[in-house]
Amino acid sequence: MTMRRAILQGLSFSGLLMTVVPSALVFAGVLDWGTHVTFMLMGAALYFATAPAWINKEATGRA
Amino acid sequence: MATMVSRSLAARLDAINEFDRAPVSSDRLQGSGNFIGIYAGEHVAGTEFVIGPLFVAHGVTAGDLLGGLLVGNLLAVLSWAFVCAPIAVRTRLNLYWKLRRIAGPYLLVVYNLVNALMFCFLAGAMISVAATAVGIPFNISMPGLSDLYPTSAGWVVTVLVIGCAVTLLAILGFEKIARFSKVAAPWLLLVFVACALTVLPQLGVTSVSDLREVADTKIWTGAPMEGRIRFTFWHVTFFAWFANMAMHIGMADMTLLRYARRWQYGFASAFGMYLGHFIAWIASGILVALALQEGSEVAPGPIAYMGAGAAGLLAVVLAGWTTANPTIYRAGLAIQTITPNWSRWKVTLAVGLVTSVAALFPALMMRLLDFVALYGLLLMPMGAVIFADFWLCPRLGLHQDFAERTGRLFSWPAGLTWLLTLGLCLGLNRWMDVEIFFLGLPGWFIATLLYLGFAVLQQRRAAAG
Repeated sequence: MTMRRAILQGLSFSGLLMTVVPSALVFAGVLDWGTHVTFMLMGAALYFATAPAWINKEATGRA
Repeated sequence: MATMVSRSLAARLDAINEFDRAPVSSDRLQGSGNFIGIYAGEHVAGTEFVIGPLFVAHGVTAGDLLGGLLVGNLLAVLSWAFVCAPIAVRTRLNLYWKLRRIAGPYLLVVYNLVNALMFCFLAGAMISVAATAVGIPFNISMPGLSDLYPTSAGWVVTVLVIGCAVTLLAILGFEKIARFSKVAAPWLLLVFVACALTVLPQLGVTSVSDLREVADTKIWTGAPMEGRIRFTFWHVTFFAWFANMAMHIGMADMTLLRYARRWQYGFASAFGMYLGHFIAWIASGILVALALQEGSEVAPGPIAYMGAGAAGLLAVVLAGWTTANPTIYRAGLAIQTITPNWSRWKVTLAVGLVTSVAALFPALMMRLLDFVALYGLLLMPMGAVIFADFWLCPRLGLHQDFAERTGRLFSWPAGLTWLLTLGLCLGLNRWMDVEIFFLGLPGWFIATLLYLGFAVLQQRRAAAG
């Protein structure tokens, strides 16, 4: 695994964490809805900016 | 003259699949990880935003839902693993070429047309789903669970704009978008989970111990909405089992699983079933329960916004778009067999227009459970024909692939099996009140037996000269 790929993967996983962890905090009552949706949007931006560069780089062969 | 036309039609059909007619070579086989990714990606889609809420509308209880989803999804996985995958890895052929050998090119044209029409309607439902999110910033009123016709001029304009955009992108090519859908899948699944977690406190869940009571009293209450039949454990089981009937016992996923090194890769479908058809359906059901409690709109866009704000809207648009796009492309491919003088872009444009018009009707989205059941039922008999031809014909001393072996353009045993199976299923539905969700099981056995009987007649007659 190259350093670049490792960094991209780390950023993508951070984006996924930003998507789901705030909702758990809303459930626990320690985060408000407005902050949660801001985190989710930032998480989406981070994930989609990095994930296409390393996920699914090989063709799947599906017709 | 008729023979020349028939041969020409067969040649056109073959030309479209010219690179796909040979069995997959051993150097192109793929590992299990690839199949896990494909199944997880394909079954976390726009439809999941609709199916979960429809279970709520049908008044299923929490126990029936959980039990039904566990059992039904297991049956679906077993169908992929024990019915579809073994034939796929033994023949290494896609559905098209296997069916052509058995049924002949003429019948395959009919099959492709039916398939294309179903694809158009499915893509139409996806465009409707995306429209419910795009319309929110413009304050367009969304269709409710009972709406069957366009509800406003704003809805019509939104759907047509999205339909045009999706069609344009399908014309430009679908492969990159298909790959993008696999990238989006993990994020989409987490959006479903996040949405559900966020709204649970508003339904009265403040700890895990509250979940069961709230699920029973506020989400899956057992009370159907007006005009909907009440779903039981069996409805949920059979729906989950047959939601992808065309793919497993209908054999469409031979096209995918022919690349598998071993038939056991069919079990990879469990990742699609238990992520998309379990977690996502439950999550979207929770979302719609809150919308119903608050008297707000219940369409996919509004409920996703309620849970995740703008990211929720993005999820609905991406889920709808990434599913609609390859579906339109595949429909175009099927239609192209009868329009040889049309270029690919013209066919895709025509398919996109039909799809966009279909998408105007919320009925497609709000009656998705019935449509999905019908879609699978229409295509399933040909899967049973493949199963019978591959496993049972040799055991009865019959030839496999009889149409190819004898140069026939149309296999009457396969054609008659298809027609009679659907006719008998219709009869079961009309006169014995068997609901559409349950017809796939008797239908599969009917199709298998009919095909074997007709194949015996045909081959004995042929042998007698």
